[in-house]
Amino acid sequence: MTDYDQARFTDEDGEGYEPLLSEKDATSVDVDGPLPDGLTRDELELPELAEPELARHYTRLSQMNYGVTTGPYPLGSCTMKYNPPFTEDVAALPDGLVHPDRPEDATQGTLELLYDLQDYLGRIGGMDAVTLQPPAGAAGEFTGILVAKAYHEHNGEGDRSEVIVPESAHGTNFASAAMGGYDVVELPGGEDGRVDLEALEAALSEDTAALMLTNPNTLGLFERDIEEIARMVHDVGGLLYYDGANLNALLGRARPGDMGFDIMHYNVHKTFATPHGGGGPGAGPVGVVDRLAPFLPKPRVRKRDGEDAYETFDPEHTIGKVHGRDGNWLVLVKTYAYIARLGDEGLADASAKAVLNANYLAEQIDYEVPYGPFHHEFVASAGEQDAADVAKRMLDYGVHPPTTKWPEIVDEALMTEPTEVESRDTLADLARAFDAVASEDEATVTSAPERTTAARIDQTAAARNLRLSWQDLE
Amino acid sequence: MLDAVGVDDEEQLFDIPEPVRFDGEFDIDPRDERAVREEIRSTLGRNEDLVELLGRGHYGHYVPSVVDHLADRSEFLTSYTQYQPEVTQGFLQALFEYQSIVRELTGLEVANCSMYDAATALAETALFADRVRRTSGDRVLVPDLLREEKRAVLENYADGPDITVDTYPTADGNVDREALADRLADDVILVYAESPTVRGTVEEQLSAIGELADEAGALFALGSDIVSLAVLEEPASVGADVVVGDGAALGLPTSYGMGLGLFATREEFVRQVPGRLVGASEDEDGRRGYTLTLQTREQHIRKERATSNICTNQAWVALRTAMHAAALGPSGLVDLANREVRRAQALAARVDDLDGVAAPVHDRHHAREFVARTDRPANDVAADLREAGFAVHALDDHEIQCCVTGVTDEQLDAFVAALSEVAA
Repeated sequence: MTDYDQARFTDEDGEGYEPLLSEKDATSVDVDGPLPDGLTRDELELPELAEPELARHYTRLSQMNYGVTTGPYPLGSCTMKYNPPFTEDVAALPDGLVHPDRPEDATQGTLELLYDLQDYLGRIGGMDAVTLQPPAGAAGEFTGILVAKAYHEHNGEGDRSEVIVPESAHGTNFASAAMGGYDVVELPGGEDGRVDLEALEAALSEDTAALMLTNPNTLGLFERDIEEIARMVHDVGGLLYYDGANLNALLGRARPGDMGFDIMHYNVHKTFATPHGGGGPGAGPVGVVDRLAPFLPKPRVRKRDGEDAYETFDPEHTIGKVHGRDGNWLVLVKTYAYIARLGDEGLADASAKAVLNANYLAEQIDYEVPYGPFHHEFVASAGEQDAADVAKRMLDYGVHPPTTKWPEIVDEALMTEPTEVESRDTLADLARAFDAVASEDEATVTSAPERTTAARIDQTAAARNLRLSWQDLE
Repeated sequence: MLDAVGVDDEEQLFDIPEPVRFDGEFDIDPRDERAVREEIRSTLGRNEDLVELLGRGHYGHYVPSVVDHLADRSEFLTSYTQYQPEVTQGFLQALFEYQSIVRELTGLEVANCSMYDAATALAETALFADRVRRTSGDRVLVPDLLREEKRAVLENYADGPDITVDTYPTADGNVDREALADRLADDVILVYAESPTVRGTVEEQLSAIGELADEAGALFALGSDIVSLAVLEEPASVGADVVVGDGAALGLPTSYGMGLGLFATREEFVRQVPGRLVGASEDEDGRRGYTLTLQTREQHIRKERATSNICTNQAWVALRTAMHAAALGPSGLVDLANREVRRAQALAARVDDLDGVAAPVHDRHHAREFVARTDRPANDVAADLREAGFAVHALDDHEIQCCVTGVTDEQLDAFVAALSEVAA
């Protein structure tokens, strides 16, 4: 067992594990300057730390944080891969750190990279046209929904009012469709964990604007009826949307475009190893088939005819914009670098290892694992134990736990995605952590964790007595 | 491992029906790390070497090295959203500190831990106003000078709930108060104004704008940026209900428009806030700890009834912004904002002395950029400046805009010299 204790920096008299910046210093300055008093504030109070103190503060905070470089991170559906550091170096290249309002012919390098990335993503997803503008996966979903809406309106079918979403889908699917102004129709799952074609038939109608689907689904199962699903959706005039969250399972073996999907978003963090940064930034490029290309956000990048030169253009029926500029540039550079480094073989190998790792780990653990065989992830059941407690206890064994309590189709779900990066030894560590917790008594599990920086955090107290800033603690 | 799962080959694990199997190639050659680095360096090297006086919402203040080195610590960079707070106290505390810094700068009690950028933060504010003013109407008012990109994002977010986006006129760069009053009616749910404005002017009538919005029963949202907020009137004290804008002016160099969306509001609206919130709590040992809170607003729990679809945000940029703010401290931050005001003022005066240019066009105070009138067509002046290695905006036939942020004093000297050559 990995005997892992996260570093503690406790001060016996102190309240927390590392003092707040505001507890280290509070400096108040009068705001005087070139602007007249009537246009300025009177004073500003903030911490002011010498650089060595600042460095120690954030170094300590980093030591109280678990990342992929700390240990395994098998969060199902989140795809926590190792993030190769060289991609940080290329993202930081000064030549790429330009202002977005430069003249286009002064930004040819930037446009070339964006063009090449559009092209790579199109090939990988089997899509005809790609926008890189959406700054996260959810923004990609919203973009795709707006594209679908604009397409239907263009065809005089703007009264289509429903988007169908499987009950096991990511919460963002529901929210993105609703933000686009659609009524969300929830599709109950079939007994085999896949789309129930009869339920789908019942849900589809002339009101259907789109069906949003991820494949493999959140149980790690490929939707084997995907061709039939596509036919059914298209027969009523709807569009088929691919949530790219699970694309890491298919690289080089199947492409959404070939399966009949009309629109997709790519989660570049999940598929192309851009770091998650503790919550972001991400990027959610959107790919579409030809007939939807005229609706993509503006601007897109194209190569000038017969020249080694690039330019932006506004698609003919563009939906407009979904980001103030062209998305999260730094993340897009890292995406390009990862794809270029891996190429065809590397990408295909990543999927092979991801799928093998998921199936191998599913075999190794004592918890019941319904369904299967799997692609990139599996969902175990904590059975009589509370999955959230199991997760807390797994922290004590030095590993990050899986996603818990979702999808709801499995009782006390432990949704586990080891990704391709874990070695057999690390998978063994993970399996030992699962099994140790499975055999433990309720008192031990419910009182966990005991070896982390903080003991279990009281979520209820946080919500009941809201303290959202250090000012609230004074 | 293959034996353990009972297959001879990984391919047997892929449960993909033959008709949808992909047997082709992407035709992407793998390159080794060095080759990829060289290739991207070479590609980006095609970007011209230009001194950028561009501004207009995107500002690249110098970021101290210590920010890069600390933010790049892999424990921060490679972590996920803090759904297991016991092992992510570090990032949670950093985000809590970020929220606190934004609170101090805005005077508003509730800051979230980021939106994507200033444009999406404004767009989310329209949806937010629609929720908290649901019964009163569906119109939002924005200045006619609003950047086209922001307006376009706002229109897209407004489309779902059928919110109407209308403009009100500006006068000499700032809000035309009387014209705004004429546009206001009971069906307005949000009045949006900026300070500094997109043309660099400092708004002088914020309190009056806030009162007008209040009288109409509308929310008042103020757009600004994290550096200017250090010196300009505190938004809460002029009646702002929401502050949005760009936070990446600290912590991030100009990154082709990648940003950090500020969002702060009053405590009474906390349950309608979009995005993540970090709150303080206690752990079982009775010590202070932090956690994501009020998650029932969010998509992973509330689904289609969530306050927003946002999941991944700009957390790591917020971390960098907080680091940069803490590195500067209040005196450094105020000095930085004031220095930009002085440098813009000085540049405008020098430009005004040149033949063929008058600056600033607006008889206002300016934060870090200003509009100048040119005798020659603005596009020609901008093109000639470009030849000399400087990028400025050509706004209309005879107006250029110049921003000092990110430009050294030596570069500004050279710019004045270049402008003197091409302006007359």
